[in-house]
Amino acid sequence: MSRWEKLKRNPRAAWAAFILIAVLLAVLPFLADTLLSRSWVRIIDFVLLYIILALGLNIVVGFAGLLDLGYVAFFAVGAYLYALLASPHFGIHLPFWALLPLGAGVTCIFGVLLGAPTLRLRGDYLAIVTLGFGEIIRIFLNNLNAPINITNGPQGVNKIDPVSFGGFSLNQSHQLFDINFPSVHNYYYLFLALTILVIFISMRLQDSRIGRAWVAVREDEVAAKAMGINTRNIKLLAFAMGASFGGVGGGLFAGFQGFISPESFTLIESIMILCMVVLGGMGNIAGVVLGVVLLVVLPEALRYIGPFEQALFGRVIVDPADLRMLIFGLALILVMLFRPAGLLPSTIRKREFEAEDEVEAQNGARA
Amino acid sequence: MDIFLQQIINGIVLGSVYALVALGYTMVYGILGLINFAHGEVVMIGAMVALAVINALSGTALPGPVIVLLGLMVAMPTCMALGYGIERIAYRPLRHAPRLAALITAIGVSIVLQNSAMIIWGRQYITFPPLLPSKPHFVAGAAISDLQIFIVLLAALIMVGLLFLVHRTRLGRAMRATAQNAEVAGLMGVNINTIISITFIVGSALAAVAGLMVSGYYGLAHYYMGFSLGLKAFTAAVLGGIGNLGGAMLGGLLLGIIESLGAGYIGQLTGGFLGSNYQDVFAFFVLILVLVFRPSGLLGERIAERA
Repeated sequence: MSRWEKLKRNPRAAWAAFILIAVLLAVLPFLADTLLSRSWVRIIDFVLLYIILALGLNIVVGFAGLLDLGYVAFFAVGAYLYALLASPHFGIHLPFWALLPLGAGVTCIFGVLLGAPTLRLRGDYLAIVTLGFGEIIRIFLNNLNAPINITNGPQGVNKIDPVSFGGFSLNQSHQLFDINFPSVHNYYYLFLALTILVIFISMRLQDSRIGRAWVAVREDEVAAKAMGINTRNIKLLAFAMGASFGGVGGGLFAGFQGFISPESFTLIESIMILCMVVLGGMGNIAGVVLGVVLLVVLPEALRYIGPFEQALFGRVIVDPADLRMLIFGLALILVMLFRPAGLLPSTIRKREFEAEDEVEAQNGARA
Repeated sequence: MDIFLQQIINGIVLGSVYALVALGYTMVYGILGLINFAHGEVVMIGAMVALAVINALSGTALPGPVIVLLGLMVAMPTCMALGYGIERIAYRPLRHAPRLAALITAIGVSIVLQNSAMIIWGRQYITFPPLLPSKPHFVAGAAISDLQIFIVLLAALIMVGLLFLVHRTRLGRAMRATAQNAEVAGLMGVNINTIISITFIVGSALAAVAGLMVSGYYGLAHYYMGFSLGLKAFTAAVLGGIGNLGGAMLGGLLLGIIESLGAGYIGQLTGGFLGSNYQDVFAFFVLILVLVFRPSGLLGERIAERA
């Protein structure tokens, strides 16, 4: 029996662990602020934002097995929707509570629109088509500033309204019980709430009828169809759900940053999010969260290479900003070489890999 | 009419470069069923190494074409070694792992190569010194330079050589056998690992030539150039039918022509609404249309039924 199962059967210990985690999450920004620095609170905010995005992609790639390399398109659509409807660019200032569901809805439609033509495709082909869609959306965002200025082109949209509820703006510090909550802390709590919601939705989806249908489609589409699953609808649903998570993430990103430009929505970003999903362990929610934490925190932590180089060689030989992407790439290669199923593979997937080996061995024997 | 002809010429020149890069993708895909995402970066490294040599020699008394040839002579073995190394380190250990794992290592290799190039050569554009004759010839009102003619001829020559290698030699037969069924080929005495290594080496040599061509054509090289070039070449490979050598050549040429015609005429077609800065969109629109209506590509035979 694993430690996790022991914990499950011991309600008191489970509650204690639960409360411990809850308290830790509640005070995390203050801990990071005092122990590290204010910029680390911002990094934690980004971890939460990326968890929302990665869990969205996990529905498409991890659950339904549809390799999507253009996921950032939905992130971009959500962000631009928020930016255009809540900034001086068009002079429209819709409130946050209206924009969040609107963003989810519009990107959901985009998900279906982009998903529909790709239904017949599989594997690599699907990956390339989604990649193409992602690039097309980015190129349009980059160029739709003439003759009618819609997206403001490469300059991007700035002065985006911060997230606010009525008169309560998250961009200002607030005092509560004599504790000062700066802007990044406010966003932390908003993002945390939404992240928990998204994790909850993902967990419920995973074991639901829909979630099992996705797994069936992932494993064998023909068999799934024979079992009475409407594979077309179920695949479209995966695209739509994943896209709406991306759209919500995009809206949050726009409000949090206050500025967006097409630069933020390149293919590299899609690939990063995919790496988060795969590195941690596809289809496993805890794995995805771990992947996000690693891939967001690692490049930031690698900023400390500069002083290290200084100490080792007496001078900075290579700019740490250049070096950290290099190390990041190496880390991706090494993790995949030693743990090809991800750091925390889901139990079903793990079983599949083992089974696949057996099938392969049999095939080899037959051939 | 002369504008039309001019765009066709530009398209053919660009398309021959795409075709050379696309061959690298398609050969690897044919044998391993793997998208070698790092291939575009190999092209970039080829261009950078060649330019480094060329710029170092451009002050000497050697004639221009000799300097360029020397640049190629250094770039080609570098890329071949690189291609071999990439396969050995990033792909071979994962040959039986899930395909996504190999995709991630390929992305990792791309990031490493791109950032190494940035650290070595810096972020600025590297210019190609004016060593080659660029006097234009005029044919029916359209201009074509010696360099452009040379690029097309060299690309054609290389492709004929490759077709000969694959279809008329013992090595080529082993490659085709490995592509059909690696395990059976192995039982027939083909050393699969050697064949796969050679495939990567040949593809990388083509990439070095393409890198030199594209930097000579635009007069520039940049550490970021491999990405979009690789993407377009991959599009070309899919357009022609991935895994099919003739398809990669056809796809490359077609994509080049579509792109330059599209960029030349989009302003007129849309009444000035969309400009030539949408050039890159064409490649992807073509790709999506092909994949939706004919997923096996123009010359492909069957759809890969791999999930």
